[in-house]
Amino acid sequence: MDVVYFAWVRERIGLPKEHVETQAGTVVELVDELRAREERYALAFSDLSALRVAVDQELTEFDASLEGVREVAFFPPMTGG
Amino acid sequence: MRIVVQESPFDLGAETTGFAASQSNMGAIVTFTGVVRNNAAGTLEKMLIEHYPGMTEKALTAIAQEACTRWDLGDVLVIHRYGEMRPGEMIMMVATASKHRVHAFEAAEYLMDYLKSRAPFWKQEFTVDGADWVAAKEIDEEALKRW
Repeated sequence: MDVVYFAWVRERIGLPKEHVETQAGTVVELVDELRAREERYALAFSDLSALRVAVDQELTEFDASLEGVREVAFFPPMTGG
Repeated sequence: MRIVVQESPFDLGAETTGFAASQSNMGAIVTFTGVVRNNAAGTLEKMLIEHYPGMTEKALTAIAQEACTRWDLGDVLVIHRYGEMRPGEMIMMVATASKHRVHAFEAAEYLMDYLKSRAPFWKQEFTVDGADWVAAKEIDEEALKRW
């Protein structure tokens, strides 16, 4: 699936988008896989309460299922307006 | 309903006039405009707004549709910019039309409250000291509870 990052999450990880091969069943499982990869991921995902997640462009929770999902996005709380 | 996400500036007067003119049976038009505010020291050089193409339009449409189910609205307009802006530049606007002013005011406030915390935009401020991401405010999240 595609994993996309925005704002300081994108800066910490160092790229806006990547393709990830994973068997993770939920967003949290995917986060754990990413954290284990490299220090920059561990740093970006160090505090999940400071992050939001969208699955196929719908805001959701970290325990959401990844079954059939094409795109997961991680970003800080939004600041529109 | 019209949802616009664009990089270029918009003409507030023309948008407001056009929106109002398309509403023949509405007694109230409310507009809100968000402007890039300088910081206390007056050192803001520019603001950069990042967004999530695709999700942004979907999220704004969902918020506007929800407003239309909650209030008796003739129409809704949302324009939100992304990219680089300087202090004093207009970032975004919402407009609501209703037969009754209370509906138009409340719907505009609802749109703004949801748009601030649920539409995927992120602001980055650039000053002489460097770049800083604007942190979301607790008060903005709290504001959603009244709806």
